This record gives sequence, C-alpha cells and structure tokens, in this order.
Amino acid sequence: MNGQPPISIRDLSVYYGDLRVLKNINLDIPAKKITVIIGPSGCGKTTLLKSLNRLLDTDEGVRIRGEVVLDGENIYAPRTEVTRIRKKMGLLSQKPQVLPMSIYENVAYGPRIHGLRAKKGLDLRVEHYLKVAGLWEEVKDRLREPASVLSVGQQQRLCLARGLAVEPEIILGDEPTSALDPQSSQNVERRLMELKQEYTVVVVTHILRQARRVADYLAFLYLGELVEHGPAAEVFANPRDPRTRAYLTGEIS
Amino acid sequence: MRLLKDALARRAMGLLSALPGFLVLLIVVGLFLKSKAILGVEPLSRLLFSSAWHPLKGQFGLLPFITGTMWVTVTALVLAVPVSILAAIYLSEYAPRWIREGAKPVVDLLAGLPSVVYGVWGVILVVPFVGNVLAPLAGVYSSGYSILAGGIVLAIMTFPTIIHVSLEVFASVPRSLRDASLSLGATKWETTRHVVLRKGAQGILAASVLGFSRAFGETMAVLMVVGNVPAVPRSVFDPGYPLPALIANNYGEMMSIPRYDAALMTAALVLMLIVLFFNVLARRILVRVEKRVQ
Repeated sequence: MNGQPPISIRDLSVYYGDLRVLKNINLDIPAKKITVIIGPSGCGKTTLLKSLNRLLDTDEGVRIRGEVVLDGENIYAPRTEVTRIRKKMGLLSQKPQVLPMSIYENVAYGPRIHGLRAKKGLDLRVEHYLKVAGLWEEVKDRLREPASVLSVGQQQRLCLARGLAVEPEIILGDEPTSALDPQSSQNVERRLMELKQEYTVVVVTHILRQARRVADYLAFLYLGELVEHGPAAEVFANPRDPRTRAYLTGEIS
Repeated sequence: MRLLKDALARRAMGLLSALPGFLVLLIVVGLFLKSKAILGVEPLSRLLFSSAWHPLKGQFGLLPFITGTMWVTVTALVLAVPVSILAAIYLSEYAPRWIREGAKPVVDLLAGLPSVVYGVWGVILVVPFVGNVLAPLAGVYSSGYSILAGGIVLAIMTFPTIIHVSLEVFASVPRSLRDASLSLGATKWETTRHVVLRKGAQGILAASVLGFSRAFGETMAVLMVVGNVPAVPRSVFDPGYPLPALIANNYGEMMSIPRYDAALMTAALVLMLIVLFFNVLARRILVRVEKRVQ
C-alpha cells in the first residue's frame, strides 16, 4: 500500500457520560482491502465503526477525543461538514433499514439529495448499483414497489446498492450479515469481496469464521481497547497478545 | 369457593368493560328516540340542509350550526396541525433531552386545563386581536367574535393532543432508520422530511383526526368567543354558531316552543355521529400504523 491510508484513527477515545467505551485507539485502515474488526459484544466495535462517519454525533451525552483522519483531513475538526464526510462512506447496518419508499427511490434517494436530478442519470445510476449489489435481476420489473416487500436478504443488498449509489470511497459494515440466512450472508460476503477492488471496506463482526473468510487486515478490540491488529493471516496464525489468542481459540467470547 | 370468586370476578369485570360500549349505544338510541318527535314530521333533508332556524315558526334548519361546527373545526385544524407537527418534530428530532422531557408534562398540562379558562383567555385576548388587528389587516369589519377567534382558541386546545400523539409516532420510528439516511449524507432536515415524516405519515394523520374529534365537540371555550349567530358563515371573520354551543345555550331555556327540544336532540345526535365517525376513523388508521411498524 503506497501513500496515505484512507482512514487513520489517532488517539481516539469515546465517552458516554463517565463511561469510557473506547480507549486511545490508534489504527490505520489500509486502502482497497477488507479490514475486519472483531471482538466480543459490548467491546466497542460498533462505536468504533460509527465514529468513522460521525454517526456517533447523534447519540446524546457522547464525548469524542482524538482524531479520525480521512483523506488527510480530521473529520472531527470543528468546521468539518458532516454530510460531506458521510457521503464518502456507505453504511450497512445489522438489520437492513430500507427507507419507507419504493425500491427505485431507495437507491435514488442518496444521489438525489446530493443534487442529481435528471431522470436519465438517476435511472442509470439506480440500474448500475443494483447490478453491482447483485439485485437487479430480481427487482428490475418491480422497481416501483415498496422496498418493504423484499426479503431480508434482498433488503440488505438494496441497502448496499443505496450506499454505493452516493459513490463513496469506503464501505462500512456493522455486522452486516447478522440478520440474514446463510445463503444471503454468503451472497453479501461475496459482494464485499468483489467490492474491495474499488473500495476500502471496514466490517465489524463477532463471527470468527466470517472474519477468516473475508479479512485482509484484522483488528481485535477488547473492552474498548485495541489489543492487536495486523494483516489477517499473521494475526490468525500467530497472535501476539494472550487475549487475542484466548479470543481466537474461543476461551473468551 | 375460590373458583366461584374467580368466576364472579371475571363476570363482573367483563360486564364493567362492556359498559362504556353499551353507554355509547344507549346514548345514540336515547338521542334518537328523543329526536323522533321532529324526525317524524320534518324530512331529514330539511333538518340537515335548511338554513332557516325560526323555532317560533316551527322551522328547525340545522345547516347554520353544522356549517358553523365545520368552519370552526377546519379553521382550528388548519392552524393547529402544521404548528403542532413542527413542534413535535422539533421536540423529537432536534431538542436536547432535557427540553423534550421538560416539555412533555407542560403539553399534558395544557390538555388538562378547563376549557372555560381557554374561553376567558379567548375573550380577553383573541377576540380583540381578531377584531382590532386581523380583520382590519384583511380589510373587513368584524366584532372579533368570529369563526377565526373560535378557531384560534380551539387550535390552542388541540395542540396537546396532536403534539402528544405525534411524539409517540416519531418515537416509534427506529433510530437505525434515521442513521441509514444520515449515513448517506442527508441532513437532519432531509432525514426528517423524507424518512421520519413519511414513515409516520399515517400516524400523524391519526393524530390530526383525534384532534379533529376533540375539536368538534368542544363547547365552552368556543361558545364564549364565536359570536353565536344562527346564520351560515361566509368567511372566518363572520360569527358562527356550532352545534355544541346551540345545545348548551338553549337546552332547558325555551322548552315551551313545540318540538324545540326534539330539534336540540337531533343536533346532539348529529354531533355525536360526526365525532363517532372521526374517532372510528382515527382508531382504524392507528391500528394499521401499528401493524405496519411491526
């Protein structure tokens, strides 16, 4: 990886009231790879992920210290325009959250708020990203139906298409397969593997086998602390920290 | 013995919970029976659609009162719905927690104020405001005792209902759905408008209808400011005479006039059916919303 990492987390601490849920995290996320953040539930994985696109801001009573540098710019600098930061990242949440509108409108929503109005352009954009998300064939004849008629697996791919349609650089996934059946999970995993050609992908998961399948780079978070990180193969084969070893062997979970 | 008590308790409570429904039925039937004296002699169309209200001549056209009710209610809702929804949006989406938590009891307190208090306040403040400020601005003459004054007072009385229900509706929209929109780079307002409001649209409608049915039946405050002239109003600056005011002002007064009380009973029946209709409508919408949210 030459040049700067697309995301560089520096001395990041997050507090909820007096509770410190992330402790001095330092992590460079490599470009065009899948970085997987693992750790037991409640260790701060989701908090870390949400700190990357400033969704944490919407929580009440949250305090954030430190920096997240995205394309050379600290996203927590006072004058940063939050919407511009968020546009650079697509988010897949645990349960697919389709917007209360049609399939077509779900994908067109993002481009539209960012100023794309021409119908032709929107049509092309919608079709393209539905294809990338592997959903086009299943929905092309019913684009005007409400998105809620889709199965959960289809909804998650719709959310992927929706996230991609704002043309981000980074894809964030917060346990994106946890609500899906095995086949849909596999489908989403496969999409992520394809997408790393063009995007930087950061995925949070508590499924170790999933981490083994998709991770290029691995970060292990435990009780708000970044215990260990490095190329996935290395960490899996040779964990340096005893806590990582314990987690990987299933002694702590 | 214990089993007997159990059975008894169940029966008793079953009976008690059936009571409200039974009462509604009883009221409708009672009103209907009482109105028969006039329903039998006057054609229904003349009662409902004639604007001639001359009890001494035996003419009991209810149209001025029905239109009066409609005018006041619609005016109130045109004023109340946008304001309440914007207030609810602010409280639910923008306000920090302490404002939200502080506002809720105040909103509920407003709902609990006796309506005569609103009425007095309307006479002191709203009526002169309409007569001296709004009417000249619109280039018409008005004493101030008008549909508009009634509408304003009523709007303020329906705020709590609509705000309260709207807050519940907004709270039922999952946080992660808002996040989904925000993470695409939408602003808070875009998220509220396209996602939260759309998701809650039916609930908001139900909130408004609930406000509606409260507004229809409100008597005291409206009666005090609306002017009570039995003519079909032509603008919001005209006085009006809603059904509840008609009944409250006249019942027990001029009972020597033949069929007068039957006419008032018919007015009550009409009012009752209107309110019932809107309540049922609101219920049905709410039930559908709940189904959809699941």
